[in-house]
Amino acid sequence: MSENEAPDEGIDELPQPIVRKRRFSASWIWLVPAIAAVVGASLVIRSALEAGPQITISFQSGEGLEAGKTPVKYKSVVIGTVHSLGLSGDRNSVLVKVNLLKSAENFATASTRFWVVRPRIGLGGISGVDTLFSGAFIGADVGDSTESRKDFVGLENPPSVTHGSPGRSFELQSADLGSIDVGSPVYYRRIQVGHVTSYQLKPDGKSVSLHVFIDAPSDRFVTQATRFWNASGVDVSLGANGLKLNTESLATVIAGGIGFQDAPGPQDDTPAGPDTSFVLFGDEATAMRPPDGEPSYVRMRFDQSVRGLDVDAPVEFLGIDIGHVVSVNLDYDEKTQRFPIIVGAVIYPRRLGRAQTKLSAIAAKHGDVDNIAQTVGVLVSHGLRAEAKTGNLLTGQLYIGLDFVPAAPKVAFNPAAKPLEIPTVRGSLSQLQERLDSIVAKLQKVPFEKIGNHLDDSLGELSSTLKHLNTDLLPQLKGSLQGINNTLGSADKALSNDSPLQQNLGLTLEELQRTARSLRVFTDYLSAHPEALLRGRRPDPAPTRAAPASPPASPPASPPASPPASAPPGGQP
Amino acid sequence: MTALPRAHQLGLIGCAVCGLVSRAPQFADAGCSRCGSVLRRRKTASLSRTWALLIAAFIVYIPANVLPIMRTASLGDVDDNTILSGVVELWNKDSQGLAVIVFSASIVVPMLKFLALLVLLICVHRRSHWAQPQRAMLYRLIEFIGHWSMLDVFVVALLTALVRFNVLSSVEPLPGVIFFGLTVVLTMCASLSFDPRLTWDDEEPHE
Repeated sequence: MSENEAPDEGIDELPQPIVRKRRFSASWIWLVPAIAAVVGASLVIRSALEAGPQITISFQSGEGLEAGKTPVKYKSVVIGTVHSLGLSGDRNSVLVKVNLLKSAENFATASTRFWVVRPRIGLGGISGVDTLFSGAFIGADVGDSTESRKDFVGLENPPSVTHGSPGRSFELQSADLGSIDVGSPVYYRRIQVGHVTSYQLKPDGKSVSLHVFIDAPSDRFVTQATRFWNASGVDVSLGANGLKLNTESLATVIAGGIGFQDAPGPQDDTPAGPDTSFVLFGDEATAMRPPDGEPSYVRMRFDQSVRGLDVDAPVEFLGIDIGHVVSVNLDYDEKTQRFPIIVGAVIYPRRLGRAQTKLSAIAAKHGDVDNIAQTVGVLVSHGLRAEAKTGNLLTGQLYIGLDFVPAAPKVAFNPAAKPLEIPTVRGSLSQLQERLDSIVAKLQKVPFEKIGNHLDDSLGELSSTLKHLNTDLLPQLKGSLQGINNTLGSADKALSNDSPLQQNLGLTLEELQRTARSLRVFTDYLSAHPEALLRGRRPDPAPTRAAPASPPASPPASPPASPPASAPPGGQP
Repeated sequence: MTALPRAHQLGLIGCAVCGLVSRAPQFADAGCSRCGSVLRRRKTASLSRTWALLIAAFIVYIPANVLPIMRTASLGDVDDNTILSGVVELWNKDSQGLAVIVFSASIVVPMLKFLALLVLLICVHRRSHWAQPQRAMLYRLIEFIGHWSMLDVFVVALLTALVRFNVLSSVEPLPGVIFFGLTVVLTMCASLSFDPRLTWDDEEPHE
């Protein structure tokens, strides 16, 4: 080092540097920013690749949603996040922009549904408890559609059936919704097998259409013959077997529910296809009844009051419910100047059961057209009449009874009339009423007032008589009673043990006893000595016997003396 | 300044590590005879290295800020925070002091470093004589504050290790923190590779 002192002035002793080998080119340092750029670019590319479509969902409320945070989940797997929240142009809804993941691209299709999952407490249970802590998220359910779509309207309530869950959906038609709600359970033999998924009014507004979803293993029990009924509430029936309380489950009492079962008897038990339409009956009994078939409208004209006859009152044929009243209207008859009442009713000929099939068979045999008018015509000619009868004496409710009235006056029946008119007779109760009326009229003729006046006079007289009785007669009566009392007292005295009468009576009886004894002695003697009647008495052999027979002084002793006296006339001849 | 001779004018070279002054070597790669470290008149390729590292740091700084650095989950409420959103959240939760610290450590300091290095590099390129003492001070400042830049990384590392209550709350680092750490490392390397002596060079070309 130091031996090489070539350069400058006086610093020769300074050391010479050692030679080092260069390891790598300085320009390699540019690899660092290159790598950084590559990494950065890869991040950008990756996020670009990962970014799926951005969709917009409109909700009624943005409650619980947070931009950049709230996830969108399908089957609890995150498929996107909320990018931003904003109001719609008309400020009626919240527009939520969601960035879907690339893998969730197929969620941006027309049939996808979105809803906000929040904690919910309903009659049917509690859901979404986890969101209490984690915050709301948007749930998604994908459908079959492949049509791409970017704008969605979010559901306010979670759909009750997610796409692809095993089971089948059916439609039910009902006159009203009752207490059924979305999520209400559907029971099969009291086991919950499904639930109501939606309901809506029919476009004509006259009925409600419900959709129920029956879960997979049980959906095969829904057959062509299945009947659905509204199982809400409690069914209390009082029958011959006593009080019966019937309900599907306690939950249905509050939340409503639907039951279904096959109709009894042999029937078509092929499983019903999805979205088959059924009728929702009001209760189980109605549902289980044989089908009513086509209803027929009939009209009846009553000339008397039909107080107590309501719409829906039953129409009974020989006690069998075959229909119900649908209208009660007043009419005016110009000729008779009266107000007849026109009662319209719907009857179901199928409810006649076997009779109907036989009747129509007979009608067909006669070559008639198989229609109700012919049948009714025949029945009317045999005395079929409608009558407003009392169904309940307490409330006075009426029903229409169709019965054969013997000796009914003949009426003209027009089978071609539309609607069919069934002749009527006055009800037995109204006849009774009439008779009562006539009795009342007769009673009214009785001069109650005059009778009353007379009665009043008589009563006045009676009153004065009584007064007289009170003032005059009663004091006398009192005196008489006192007299009687005295008499009774003396009688009592006379009858007492130590009274003279009693003693005399005792003596007399003693005398009588003695007399009887002597008479017996006499008869004994006479039976022993019948000759004594003729010869008289012989001297006594023994003085002992004389003692009882000796007292001859007493008056009753005369009979022993008398027989001898009378004996001679009998004994002498 | 012109009055003072330069080392290369005197044919001398100083060791950057032990300060030993040697004769200027005739060949490219020379080592200090005392400590063995490389002897260079100026750091090799200082400008291009600084530029390269600075650019790399800047590239990396973008994802560091865009990507979330930390995920805090408490009771199922998952919250991903980037540096800036974390600062905003701290500010909103009445921890303004902490927010200022985090903001200055994570945003201001790196930005300052970028700016300062840029200024230094550009001035060197233009052989500017402008504010040379201040530029030297600026460089020393960069070296000094560089120590604090890793604050964010430490925060995330500490929280991740400490807050582990499973369901109740947990903190986990996200990719952003890696990029942030890279930014800090790269800026430190950049400022290291910058040769402050270049500030005083004027007429002769570097390298």
